Amino acid sequence: MKFKISDTLILFITLILFISMMVVLNGTQFFKMQNIQSMAYQLPELGILSLAMMIAMLTGGINLSIIASTNLSSIVIALVLSRMLGADMSTSGSLGSIILAIAAGICVSGVIGLLNGFLIAYIEVSPILATLGTMTLLKGISIVLTKGYVISGFPPMILSIGNGAIFGFPVPMLIFLVFAGLMALVLIKTPLGTHIHMLGSNATACHFSGVDTKKVLMKTYLLSGLYTGIAACIMMSRFNSAKADYGESYLLMTVLASVLGGVSASGGFGKVSGLVIALVILQVVSNGLNLLRVNNFLTIAIWGGILIIVMIANYYFGRQNNNGKSFR
Amino acid sequence: MKKIFSKYETYVLIAIVMLGFLINSVNANFFTLENILDLLKSYSFIGILSIGVLFVLISGGIDISFTATATISMYVMAVILNTYGGNIVSAFLIAIVIGICLGLVNAVIIYFFNIQSIIATIATLNIYYGLLTVFSGGKWIYTLPTWFREFAQVRLITLSNQAGGTYGLSIITVMWMLIAVISWLILRYTMVGRGIYAMGGNKVSAKRVGFNLLKSHLFVYGYMGCLAGIAGVVLSLLVQCVAPNSIVGKELDVLAAVVLGGASLTGGVGNIVGTILGVILIAIMNNGMTLMRIPAFWYDVFIGCIIIVSVSASALQQKKKAFRKIAIEDD
Repeated sequence: MKFKISDTLILFITLILFISMMVVLNGTQFFKMQNIQSMAYQLPELGILSLAMMIAMLTGGINLSIIASTNLSSIVIALVLSRMLGADMSTSGSLGSIILAIAAGICVSGVIGLLNGFLIAYIEVSPILATLGTMTLLKGISIVLTKGYVISGFPPMILSIGNGAIFGFPVPMLIFLVFAGLMALVLIKTPLGTHIHMLGSNATACHFSGVDTKKVLMKTYLLSGLYTGIAACIMMSRFNSAKADYGESYLLMTVLASVLGGVSASGGFGKVSGLVIALVILQVVSNGLNLLRVNNFLTIAIWGGILIIVMIANYYFGRQNNNGKSFR
Repeated sequence: MKKIFSKYETYVLIAIVMLGFLINSVNANFFTLENILDLLKSYSFIGILSIGVLFVLISGGIDISFTATATISMYVMAVILNTYGGNIVSAFLIAIVIGICLGLVNAVIIYFFNIQSIIATIATLNIYYGLLTVFSGGKWIYTLPTWFREFAQVRLITLSNQAGGTYGLSIITVMWMLIAVISWLILRYTMVGRGIYAMGGNKVSAKRVGFNLLKSHLFVYGYMGCLAGIAGVVLSLLVQCVAPNSIVGKELDVLAAVVLGGASLTGGVGNIVGTILGVILIAIMNNGMTLMRIPAFWYDVFIGCIIIVSVSASALQQKKKAFRKIAIEDD
């Protein structure tokens, strides 16, 4: 007889545990407005990238190219801007030119998504290999475009995407909430969302229930690609620069956040709400430990430890063992 | 003849030979024995790691944590050697023991809690690497014993070139080849090896037939750890210093080499010859670009294209095969 507790509840309890732990360790410092705001600026980058990873994982795939795609998009945005505004971008920039540049970057990310989707759906390459290939290729293209240098100094309007605030509410957080909400809507309310879940649970059954699985895969990776375009806008704005190898440590972090959030790596299960709670947990832990002046790398080790503990908790309490995937 | 052309490795070999001739037509230095021996020596680190990764892939799993395992092994080895002294055998022994222990941790987590290997090893990668950096303080170790330096120069065959310099078959390359032969024997002729293929092909059937899945898991991840330990020592022999951050982040490069060599991520498929060819293909690409004076920043573009083309080709081939099978069944 095993207890059944929903995954989201386990996560929520974990979150409360960690918050109270950080409060005990840090005192009132943790709840200071300044601290909460700094967390709100840090979370969205990883958050949007994790959404891009999550949707691929829901179909039973994975998208290793998200970071490379983000970097390429931000480099394209930067190059288009510098072509239009000249060398000194940091003081100029009309709304029109910025919208055009961002549109170009998002188009690139969409094309990348379609390429991934094509390789996975029509050539039937396994997702991990297809996106490993595109990851290397995209990084290569980014390096060729920039010759390995940093492009920096963007117009103030770009900088406000990642650093501004509307009525005291951080803009990147706003963007994240909007796109997390959109993703949740797509997954819960649209036929595409249902198909993605079906495809992840059982691709053959999904195919025989009359779903065009190839199209679903194309749409999934297109969405995943477009989200990296959004992440590109935030990331280039927060770093005030674009480079071929920014944020590479985020790649495994997005998998970690997704899995921690209850997304099954074999596909079919996972909610946006779980992912958001997981992201907050990771942010609370890293921020709380940072306040305690704990070494950053110890934080990384602790994140890994949390992932294993949550997986073990899922194994004992959750649905992970009712999947019919247990062999013993 | 037909059998040869139905094999994936043949195509990798053809690609290597064609690439070789292309590079040699631009720069005749490529097909010299000196260049090739040098290349084999410098790629023995990736070569040894790729054999470990091959074992994990055949078993139907994946390991991301091996770079951290290799780094910890070489770091602890260097610290122990510098404080207590030792010789080359003890250096390898220390690294191997640490590697095996860390590998077994992976195996236990994956087997007993039924966690997918990619997730478990992402977690352990973070734990291992984080803890190493905390305890080492991120410090590089430059001072290694003199005998350690001398061992790296040992050659089994020494030759000299026209300019009067000497080169030869390094003991490091020989170690890689020896490991490859042993691994080939294990995979081909032992019960453990056949068990790994069986487990990768179909876990449930492997269990029904009577293979002990726990033993297989322990062996596969332990062996990966063991080879990661050896590779760690080999790397420190090659570069003569130990850096805690030099190889973490290169996991996917090694994985790419193994996959180019024909191993499948779904398990049950892959062999040593293919894996070695995969490593050599990547080595030649890298070396060839230098010899052909192509700017280094084109490297990732080429490797990316090669990966995409090769995995697409083998996926299409697989599709054709599956189609043929259905057609036969319909008759």
